[in-house]
Amino acid sequence: MSIKKLSKDVFKSFVDALIASDQQVIGVKEKVQAKGNRFAFDNLQSADQLRLDYDITLLPPKKYMLPQDETLLTFKVAGESKSKIDNSKLILIGVHPYDMIAINQMDELFSQDQQDNHYMTRRKNITIIACDVATPSKNVFASSMGTATVESGFDILLTDIGDAYVAQAGTDKGEKLLAKASGAVNASDDDLAKRKAIQDKNKDALNKHKLNCKPSDLPGLLEKAYDHPVWEEKAKTCYSCGSCNTTCPTCYCFDVQDQVNWDLKTGQRERSWDGCLLENFANVAGDHNFRKPREARFRHRLYRKGKYVPTKIGGQIACVGCGRCINGCIPDIANPVAVYNRILEDIKPD
Amino acid sequence: MCDCCSSEKDIYLPELATITKAEMMNQTEMFMHLEFDSGKELGHQAGQFVEVSIAGIGEAPISVSSSPQQKGFEMVIRNVGRLTNAIHGLKAGDKLGIRGPYGSGYPVDELKGKDLVFICGGIGLVPQRSLINYVVSNKDEYGKIVILQGTKEYEQRIYTEDLKKWDDIDGVTVLETIDVAHDSWKGNVGVVTTLIPKIEVDLTAAMNLVCGPPIMYKFVLMALQEKKVSHDNIFVNLERRMKCGVGKCGHCQMNDQYVCQTGPVYRYSELASVPEAI
Repeated sequence: MSIKKLSKDVFKSFVDALIASDQQVIGVKEKVQAKGNRFAFDNLQSADQLRLDYDITLLPPKKYMLPQDETLLTFKVAGESKSKIDNSKLILIGVHPYDMIAINQMDELFSQDQQDNHYMTRRKNITIIACDVATPSKNVFASSMGTATVESGFDILLTDIGDAYVAQAGTDKGEKLLAKASGAVNASDDDLAKRKAIQDKNKDALNKHKLNCKPSDLPGLLEKAYDHPVWEEKAKTCYSCGSCNTTCPTCYCFDVQDQVNWDLKTGQRERSWDGCLLENFANVAGDHNFRKPREARFRHRLYRKGKYVPTKIGGQIACVGCGRCINGCIPDIANPVAVYNRILEDIKPD
Repeated sequence: MCDCCSSEKDIYLPELATITKAEMMNQTEMFMHLEFDSGKELGHQAGQFVEVSIAGIGEAPISVSSSPQQKGFEMVIRNVGRLTNAIHGLKAGDKLGIRGPYGSGYPVDELKGKDLVFICGGIGLVPQRSLINYVVSNKDEYGKIVILQGTKEYEQRIYTEDLKKWDDIDGVTVLETIDVAHDSWKGNVGVVTTLIPKIEVDLTAAMNLVCGPPIMYKFVLMALQEKKVSHDNIFVNLERRMKCGVGKCGHCQMNDQYVCQTGPVYRYSELASVPEAI
């Protein structure tokens, strides 16, 4: 796979050419929000809007593989249903390494056992141009989780080396796309050295919260922490709002509901995001709730990240250290590092 | 891939089945027999469940109540929510969407040669019936069969004819109880655990199969503990919110177990490290 160097002008022309093509191009834009400007993945109308120097997006890019709402089936009311597979293609520019790793995990989860073709079709139709982090966000801890850089999953990986981007193709699709960047040159040893320096720095610098153990110690630690007081200590101020779930790049639980159209004859079966912190998540008919206590729901999320989901994905820890749950949590209890470190005060990992 | 030429399987797409028989068993439970419009058989194992839907209303997991060896399949639907209320408005000839079968069934081969004790509470009898019908039809391969059925109130009793039919089979004993005394009821009054001392087979050598409402497990398991029954010889059939049925949506999870995949039938000893189970 080739590694090219694209001057900022060449890169801008490359992105503008992508926007002018028939594919939808999504990138990171600065958006005006009530509490000041924030970054978000959105449709790009011009390369000038793209902000690869962003710190963190409000929502992770999972919304393009697993949209907040999507139609799984269309149906005649009380009759037959048909599959609705979204086949649209898009290019996603600016995925940070930790988000790329989260997407790689979701790819594994949605393809294993019985494959989910709604997710997988979307995923196959998305071309990902990832980029190394240029500005650490205020709560990132990817360095602690080993997710500050990424080796696979992207079609192209960009690294800003000052006056230019180093662009590494990761797949044949990426290779072909990169070949279209007119004006790109082969990256020199000097360019690669600059890129390595940035990646090496990120491996340590994306660490606003330092986990006091190796990520691989977490399953063993949690094995012994089920009845630890931290769950109640933290959860007693939890609003059960589910913000930690919805902003998480590795949360993929969903609900399915039927929507009937105005004609009352046709409709859609729709999937939408759900969250295990929401009070009715484990409710069954008859109003029996299998995970009613707040602390049990709070614990479940941290166990999914550190112990349960890892058993499904070859031991990878399902927290990638983006810090979005910390940003989104009003009572400031969601920080996984604070929880795991609190347990480490009392329990030593094996 | 588009709507018209989608060749890959959509795990969320139900197949239509026609209700061939529907009748009320009591005020809240409806029995129904279904057959797939395509003519295929469900091909389930005793203890598995299906996702049942009416397009426009929704979908829910429902146990299969019939033996795998008969044509079509049977379910019992309690009217407790929006979907089940709508299902109660259906009659023979109407259609339901079906996905599945899903989950683990009972280990029918491992149960061979053993005495079997079924401990059921209320509509816990519904999924157990799939196995009961299977083992009574293959009676030579199993030991003595004891069926304990506890129901809250007299009017809520279900499968009364089946219970009588099973009791008439040589080597099968049915013991029934209701929680609340009733003028028309001459049998045992009390919760299902009050029947356990009346069992004549050796519980420690038997396979004990438990299914009922969440509250029942704790007490039945305590009673079996007192009788020194090994946790290896107890199977429980658990209820959870199995929304997708294919291990993705997360709703049925208890600790690291996706009940829709590794359950709903579990050997009790396997739940030692699953504190959310019981």
